[in-house]
Amino acid sequence: MSARTGVIIAGAAETDQVGRLPGLSTLQLHLEGALNAVADAGLSLRDIDGIATVSSPGPVQVAHALGITPGWIDGTGVGGTSFLLHVRHAAAAIRAGYASTVLITHGESGRSRVGAAPFRLAASSPSGQFEAPYGTFGPTTTFTIPALRYMKEYGLTHEQLAYVAVAQRRWAAKNPRAAFRDPVTVEDVLASRLVAYPFHLLECCLVTDGGGALVVTSAERAGSLPKPAVHVLGTGESSETPMISQMVDFTESQAFRLAGRAAFAEAGIGTADVDHLMIYDAFAHVPIYGLEALGFCARGEAGPFIADGNTEPGGSLPLNTNGGGLSYTHTGMYGMFAITEGVRQLRGEAAAQVAAPQISVILGNGGMFATAGVLVLGRQPG
Amino acid sequence: MTGKPVPVPTPETQPFWDGCAAGELRLQRCAGCGRPYFYPRPVCPGCGSRDVEWFTASGRATLYSYVINHRPAPGFEDDAPYAIAVVELDEGPRMMTSIVGLPATPEALELDMPLQVRFERRGDVSLPVFGPAR
Repeated sequence: MSARTGVIIAGAAETDQVGRLPGLSTLQLHLEGALNAVADAGLSLRDIDGIATVSSPGPVQVAHALGITPGWIDGTGVGGTSFLLHVRHAAAAIRAGYASTVLITHGESGRSRVGAAPFRLAASSPSGQFEAPYGTFGPTTTFTIPALRYMKEYGLTHEQLAYVAVAQRRWAAKNPRAAFRDPVTVEDVLASRLVAYPFHLLECCLVTDGGGALVVTSAERAGSLPKPAVHVLGTGESSETPMISQMVDFTESQAFRLAGRAAFAEAGIGTADVDHLMIYDAFAHVPIYGLEALGFCARGEAGPFIADGNTEPGGSLPLNTNGGGLSYTHTGMYGMFAITEGVRQLRGEAAAQVAAPQISVILGNGGMFATAGVLVLGRQPG
Repeated sequence: MTGKPVPVPTPETQPFWDGCAAGELRLQRCAGCGRPYFYPRPVCPGCGSRDVEWFTASGRATLYSYVINHRPAPGFEDDAPYAIAVVELDEGPRMMTSIVGLPATPEALELDMPLQVRFERRGDVSLPVFGPAR
């Protein structure tokens, strides 16, 4: 192994169902995703020597439940993008010889809360002292706060913001697994109830149950797999702020930008090389910030770019082709589902398949613009 | 019904909350590079110096961004819809706050409008909130 050893995603799968699954615990969702991904890779649990997932239940619990004795463990838990960081860390571990085949799992009973850790914020933590006293209540009240500033600075309209949900619903309509598939109009979005002005219900992600997993290994295995290998061409990660109020500039995500720059540089690609894009969409403004941070649009131009139809079916830059967190599924830590869709697209097995994509880019968000991970995935070794 | 959250000071934030109790908004700044910062912590985020000092800010700010929340947090049921705002202090740092003395409507809450700190009792502490500049 060396720094240039190729790394692939050999297996990628989700739980049998996503949505409302009160019969499955958080741990069961991890295990079902894991078994599906290992089977998808044509491997067995005995091949796995590295484990990565967030708490809870954490990598020790997942490994133990599956009978895996890992020689490499990553418990990085920095929100919904954690699984992208796990891929990055796994690639480094495989190149270093610390692991040969890494299993990355996600499971979250986000809606039914079966076997889920309770939400708890210490009143003595920085957020507990300086944000919670003002009536914050989860991501709808915090992740959303930068948007009005962006709207004032760049003239983004309420209709353009709403159109993000319209465009993604058009992808979801092609995906039988998507939670919401009926077409919506800008008027429908703006007529849905206000959750936190300027955000209406249809501009906020779903809250669902589900899971998924990945098997990451050396490209040397690529020829012996049942499915086409997906090559990890570039990766990036960064963090900005644990509290939304401390974001440097409310009109751009520094973490998105830095993680994207690192991933594109490692892969040696530019935006023109990208055939398919996934941007974590907990709320309608996040794809706008993502398109600009990754350099697909100049500052202030991503709203009109989406509203002009460029990212929807038939557009030049297919974005969030599973329907995204707004229409497909969102367990709370959505990043895994962005990766699995990128893999499906490159393999040619997606529900809303893009024509022969060679490169798919995944941008994951963690917390409220707190952390970011970016993966550049390719059909070819690069 | 659960009450509104009450901040619990920690050693590094106690001077901030002591200031609020005295009717003053206190910030820290770096003795080396001079940069003021918030939230309270014992190191300058600009240059890494531990030589930092407290000072009393003007309490003047402008409205940087906000949401009007329609799904109240526990304890805020009687307030909804209410604004959760981020203000930019005249000294530079930003902080989350509540807006008082103005309706929670987009018409009343104009970005960049001038605001002034006030203090509200919350349990054992005084909480900085902002209202229209006088």
